[in-house]
Amino acid sequence: MEFFEIFIAGVFINNILLAQFLGNCPFLGTSKKMETAVGMAMAVIFVLVMAGMITWIVDTYLLKALDVEYLRTVSFILVIASLVQFVEMFLKKSIPGLYAGLGIFLPLITTNCAVMGACLLNISKEYSFLSALVSSFSYAVGFGLALILFAGVRERINLARVPKPLQDTSIGLVTAGIIALTFMSFKGMV
Amino acid sequence: MISALFFMLGIGAVCGIVLSLSSKVFYVYEDPRIALVENNLAAANCGGCGYAGCSSAAEAVVTGLAPPSVCVISGKEGVEEVAKIMGVDVGAAESLLSYNMCEGGNRADDKYYYMGISSCKAMTAAFGGKRVCGVGCLGFGDCVKACQFDAVKLGPNGYPVVDDDKCVGCGACQQACPKDIIKVTTLSEQLMKFNQEQDALAPCAQTCPAEINIPRYINQLREGKYKEAVQTIRMRNPLPLSCGRVCPHPCEDECRRGIEDEAVSINQLKRFVSDFEMNSGSRIPIKCAPDTGKKVAVVGGGPAGLSCAFFLRRIGHQVSIFEAMPKLGGIIRYGIPEYRLPKKVLDWEIQGILDLGIKSFTNVRFGSDFGLGSLMAAGYEAVFLGVGAWEDYSLGIDGEDLNGCFKGIDFLQRFSRGEKIKLGKTAAVVGGGNSAIDCVRTLLRLGLEKVYIVYRRTRNEMPANEVEIVASEEEGVEFVFLAAPTKVVSDDNGNVSQLEYLKMELGEPDASGRRRPVPVEGSETLLDVEMVISAIGQSPDASFKDQDPNKRMTELELTRWNTIDNDPALLQSSIPYIFTGGDSATGPSLVVDAIGGGRRAARSIDLFLKGEPVVPVKNSLQKKRIPESIFTKVDGIKKSPRAKMPEIPVDQRLDSMIEVDLVLPEDAAQKEAERCLNCCRICYNKDTDFPMADVS
Repeated sequence: MEFFEIFIAGVFINNILLAQFLGNCPFLGTSKKMETAVGMAMAVIFVLVMAGMITWIVDTYLLKALDVEYLRTVSFILVIASLVQFVEMFLKKSIPGLYAGLGIFLPLITTNCAVMGACLLNISKEYSFLSALVSSFSYAVGFGLALILFAGVRERINLARVPKPLQDTSIGLVTAGIIALTFMSFKGMV
Repeated sequence: MISALFFMLGIGAVCGIVLSLSSKVFYVYEDPRIALVENNLAAANCGGCGYAGCSSAAEAVVTGLAPPSVCVISGKEGVEEVAKIMGVDVGAAESLLSYNMCEGGNRADDKYYYMGISSCKAMTAAFGGKRVCGVGCLGFGDCVKACQFDAVKLGPNGYPVVDDDKCVGCGACQQACPKDIIKVTTLSEQLMKFNQEQDALAPCAQTCPAEINIPRYINQLREGKYKEAVQTIRMRNPLPLSCGRVCPHPCEDECRRGIEDEAVSINQLKRFVSDFEMNSGSRIPIKCAPDTGKKVAVVGGGPAGLSCAFFLRRIGHQVSIFEAMPKLGGIIRYGIPEYRLPKKVLDWEIQGILDLGIKSFTNVRFGSDFGLGSLMAAGYEAVFLGVGAWEDYSLGIDGEDLNGCFKGIDFLQRFSRGEKIKLGKTAAVVGGGNSAIDCVRTLLRLGLEKVYIVYRRTRNEMPANEVEIVASEEEGVEFVFLAAPTKVVSDDNGNVSQLEYLKMELGEPDASGRRRPVPVEGSETLLDVEMVISAIGQSPDASFKDQDPNKRMTELELTRWNTIDNDPALLQSSIPYIFTGGDSATGPSLVVDAIGGGRRAARSIDLFLKGEPVVPVKNSLQKKRIPESIFTKVDGIKKSPRAKMPEIPVDQRLDSMIEVDLVLPEDAAQKEAERCLNCCRICYNKDTDFPMADVS
């Protein structure tokens, strides 16, 4: 039951894009086409789960053990960046199929703020390893959900008659705001 | 503080060691050229090339999926660098340019008032477009939005105008256009494009055998862009100066203005712009595609051969022309008299074609001086046989070989080559075609006192061009209609003294739709003449087939008219690497037919050389019309007189071979261009917005 609550909270209530407002840059950058949005969502799920696990381990067994918790942010950046690089190399060699699908998105989200934010949130809530895993996954799913929803909306906006000053990113931000408002209605569920 | 430092150093070292180890373990062999190629791409990751980022584009180049010119931003130098890395010839890839077919824009009527979202794509998806025209531009500018390089703009007339300098050929506009109006093509593709049923074509452009984009060049003329107009013509016709003088302009018969008013004088406008180029003193450069390294032999330097050679050269092949006569030009040099097409003009025009890098060999006759075997041995991979139709038909009557009897083309040709021919004072020319008129008008200029045309039907049935008939009437030719020669009568010395003919009357129409002449019994009449020239048509001289020692030549099939048997859509003969065109393919026909045929043969030869199947153009419009574009009634026309061709007065013409027809002055040409309705498939510019009401 606890995992389920974490999952619902991560996907809807504390949606990383629409409630926490982290990771806005890929949210606007990769949401112009459905195809790229789906690719990006998959890459985020993959990376965020891996990062959630490794940062929990680093935090528990290194930072807390050595009593250097004030180095959390900087060491997370280093660890996540190395991890993504490592995963990229590994995929290219061992699972070329998956690499072909996610390859171009992986370098884009090396220590992306959404990834970083989710990892730090996990630590601050003092989750157990499993809870941290579920929480990372749910944040990533929430990221994917919001991104794909938003890409769908933007594809329609492309066909509409938008006033000149509002075109492209501006109308995108306005739309994102309205979608965020609708996500507010999940508040208080859990 | 120290502990933090050690901690960070430690964790950094661990990360570094893990990564460097894994790079040893998980390395993937990558072609080192990929990195080299990527360095030479623009590194903008714009995706304009259609690949996800520069590294994937570089990979595609190295694996051979993309040409070295894949990058839409990097300039010529970048492309050359990439080509060097790949060890290929830069020439292999031809640059792409966006080309707009529809010039209709907002002129086509709307089917209904549309209030939906402003996108061509949405409109097409929802309603199939709002314009009455099924193929035309909708004018919402999806292509403009799609272009990342600011090269496409909606012009003042509502259709997209492409800036060739900015266009990089990425193809985004083509993908965005739901109507296939804007296309990204190479120069070769544009040169080898043939009219198709789904194209946005005006009636005149459908009718022109050479398929020239007539409304486009008239429009360019109107805007004062004479050079561009010549370039538009040269996309389809390498001989605008000659055609502008001798073409019987079938296009004008289909002119939409001609339905309510006099047709636009299209051919005179062509002549105006091409004369403008000649008189300007400099030649407009003609663009050619990069060399392909293939060699083609063109046998026969007439209009068909010149056209085929011109287009083959422009799409990058090496061409050599072999001509039996002392100079290139074929029938337009030796069959068309000086007063219609001055040799100086023809020389200038042919030189422009040869300047593209075409080799020419004259005074060599196919069959006797060289043959198929020697062409193959010299490395020619395909042969175009455009030997023309030079053998005059004979009348088949008694006395045809008397002194003073000549045959039409033979006579004109001998005269053109400067041969001294013993002339009489009076002559009869038998026949009603252009060659017959050329003969009589030449004879008048040679100082003959009386020249007759003897034709077995009436003036209405004469196949010669109307302007030619009128000119010969003005010059004092006497017409003897409804007369079929039966005998040439000689005097005591074996010279021609009289021509005997039988009077005819018109009976029932025959297969060609002309009324068949029927002889009137016992109506033999004598005409006192000292010369008889028969100009009743020609057939190709196929003696090369027997003269050529190469055995393969026996496989070349001829028709019973001595033309080379071919598929009219392909112009390929029974020997796959021999192609034909012009009179030797169709029998005697128009210069402009030969030009169109030469281009069509060039397309087939190109396919053949590339090893692709030689198949006809899909939905080809060859000799057909688009039914919806042919009107019976045209609204909104204000009548205005057609420009009159300036000519030399009759009394000054006959003393020399000076050119009779003159070019329009600039203001008259502009005025005539204004008369053009700038038609497209169904739309056109009306003279007035309101159909003329019946005032009474």
